[in-house]
Amino acid sequence: MTETSNFNFEQCIKCTVCTVYCPVVSVNPIFTGPKQAGPDGERLRLKHRRFYDETLKYCLNCKRCEVACPSNVRIGDIIQSARITQDRDHVGLRERVLANTDLIGTLASPLAPAVNIAVGLKPVKYAMDKVIGIDHRRIFPKYAFGTFESWMKRQSKQQATYARQVSFFHGCYVNYNNPQLGKDLVKVMNRLGYGVQMLEKEKCCGVPMISNGLFEQAKRQGELNMVSIRKSIVEDRRVVLTTSSTCAFTLRDEYPHLLHIDNSEVRDHIELATRYIYRLLESGAQLRFRQNAPKLRVAYHTACHMEKLGWSYYSIELLKMIPSVDLVVLDSQCCGIGGTYGFKKENYATSQAIGADLFRKIEESGCDVVATDCETCKWQIEMSTSKSVLHPLTILAQVLE
Amino acid sequence: MKFETIIIGGGLTGLLCGIRLAKEGVRCAIVSTGQSALHFSSGSFDLLNRLPDGTMVDNPIEAVNELIRQNPEHPYSRIGVERFATLAAEATSLLIEAGIDVEGDALHNHFRLTPVGYLKPTWLTISGYVRSEHADKLPWQRIALFNITGFLDFHPQFLSDAIRRFGGACSQHTIDLSALQTLRENPSEMRSTNIARVFDRVEVLEELARIIKESAGDADVVMMPAVLGIDRNDGAKRLTSMVGRPVRMVATLPPSVPGIQTQIALRRYFQQLGGIYMLGDTAVNYNIENDMIKAVYTVNHGGDPLFADNFVLATGSYFSRGIETTAEGKLTESLFGVDTLYLSERKSWYNRDLFETQPFERFGLAADSEQRALRGGHSIRNLYVAGAGLAGFNAVKEGCGAGVSMLTALFAASRILQKI
Repeated sequence: MTETSNFNFEQCIKCTVCTVYCPVVSVNPIFTGPKQAGPDGERLRLKHRRFYDETLKYCLNCKRCEVACPSNVRIGDIIQSARITQDRDHVGLRERVLANTDLIGTLASPLAPAVNIAVGLKPVKYAMDKVIGIDHRRIFPKYAFGTFESWMKRQSKQQATYARQVSFFHGCYVNYNNPQLGKDLVKVMNRLGYGVQMLEKEKCCGVPMISNGLFEQAKRQGELNMVSIRKSIVEDRRVVLTTSSTCAFTLRDEYPHLLHIDNSEVRDHIELATRYIYRLLESGAQLRFRQNAPKLRVAYHTACHMEKLGWSYYSIELLKMIPSVDLVVLDSQCCGIGGTYGFKKENYATSQAIGADLFRKIEESGCDVVATDCETCKWQIEMSTSKSVLHPLTILAQVLE
Repeated sequence: MKFETIIIGGGLTGLLCGIRLAKEGVRCAIVSTGQSALHFSSGSFDLLNRLPDGTMVDNPIEAVNELIRQNPEHPYSRIGVERFATLAAEATSLLIEAGIDVEGDALHNHFRLTPVGYLKPTWLTISGYVRSEHADKLPWQRIALFNITGFLDFHPQFLSDAIRRFGGACSQHTIDLSALQTLRENPSEMRSTNIARVFDRVEVLEELARIIKESAGDADVVMMPAVLGIDRNDGAKRLTSMVGRPVRMVATLPPSVPGIQTQIALRRYFQQLGGIYMLGDTAVNYNIENDMIKAVYTVNHGGDPLFADNFVLATGSYFSRGIETTAEGKLTESLFGVDTLYLSERKSWYNRDLFETQPFERFGLAADSEQRALRGGHSIRNLYVAGAGLAGFNAVKEGCGAGVSMLTALFAASRILQKI
């Protein structure tokens, strides 16, 4: 279907289906819901800016309304785009701290042991709560001592020896919090006969900036990323893989839709690693699994942006291929964190109420670990359940011979 | 990606077809652009309520012969009189297996109560909803009708008037629970599904029971809008035992709680059977060789083909865009461009009297005797069409929408199974 307006706005037939699947609206009545905040409100906002409603900030940009919409209206994009063009909320210290994952990571990483202890201390948590509004009940992700980038630089010669090559957009999480996941990807790709390279330059994909109102910065970083991505794909003929469903979604879809960065020439070659690996295996590549790997009951959680990408199939099928894994697929539902959304004091209760049903199902599943492709879901689930959360690739890497 | 059957469209038709196939071990995937028209369900399923000449139907199985005589183009014609009864029974068992507790009989229609107070014939009704054996009276005399304060998608006055018309007595009540206070802060989102989520909590249902007991007086029955839980579908049953008299629900304006529960239950059953359900994805392209579809391509999977041996087109009618009209007066199917049946003169599509039979209702996809799609009059040998998109019937006038969806879904499944 051709689009005749921004985000198919006039295709909305007011059927109300989106309102059923919005995780926020049923627990936080301040938010007016996807139909009202999206196409209904847009009709008014087109008349005059004074109809802009501050409560649009309560949308956690999960895009589940878009997945549910039978008319292909890009409801989430309508809401986020209105925020970008019309929101006049002051961007405070908290927003800058939450948005600048790169900067904070760079500062925290060399001091990781001390930082990790400090952000876990009650007085620090209360100070962050009172002074900048990051909820004191939230557990901060741990920083790794030494970044993924610094490890990768030492690998570059060895990686270059492989005949086939891919690029890896590692994202802030792999770089500062979980370099092991990046190493796991490298291990799996190497076994498949591929070397892994970093991009010439990589900045945060920009999603926390979009969420926190730093749109100009998001666009600048996005354009910078696109230069490196384009070079990798067009000049060096290397696809760009990510391990994060949200990074993949942002680079592919939020760039053109929200930041007006044209990626049409390379979009199809920006890939989620599990999808790329699934296709290699489907076309005949082989991985050898350890015979003595312990049995592991895994509950797979579909992150919101994974649902929107429609790619949970690949991660699920990869996990199914592992002989020692007993897989339970959880119903796809939002965990409530929404990236940096759930860190904010005013969203904490909403965030936990959204996730409550998922947390209960995880506990009831009898799983040993939860698997998901999203790092912020991991933080939320680990904080709110008794289970630890691993990326599907980490589970895969652990059972390779 | 390789499957044995790919079904395009994930509503009642696609899911029932997928369930039938998956039960036989067929590896199926369903691709669905968003949620389905089940979100507007009445909580009942019609099989056949009226013949094209206007005669009311009591016994659909007996009447289908006459239906086929009057309208040989009807999708039931391909199914035929004998298979009709078998497939109707099969559809009923599949719904029940999936956890949708339906009651009814294809040999005898019963009546459901519409949200505006009419008794309409139907085939199956989910348990816990108002049903009657008569077109002009309810099985109870004294009725206590409760609504939730601030819930605007339910109109008790229509029902109260209707109850009096049917010779009963009606007392009207509104309920104001503290648990609903948060929802009430946002009048536009005081919707059936949001209220139903609150009633999933047992303590809220208990509080509701207490209020009903206090105020229902000597009523024989308690009627409520269909908001008594969404994750749980036994709200009316539990409330019945709590208040010691029958509690029955009436459908609300959309979104439809019983329809959503049906959608969720069918999808869950399909997935339990090993089916893959791809929501929020649209099939946009395909490969065809020797009149056989080889693969479809979707928005989310880009250049990756989804291969299968057989394909089912269950993309619905106008609402779900299974068929689309153009300003120039064409009726098209946008994925495969298969043949459609419609009147060429655009002016003749409509009847100026809104409540009269509308010719456009009968437009839709053409199909051969095996229910396969046609292109340029030739059958596509492994592409079956099923459900609301088929040409030749009027779901509203004939009261056969759900029946056509489910029976043609099962017919398509049987054709595929026959080949394997």
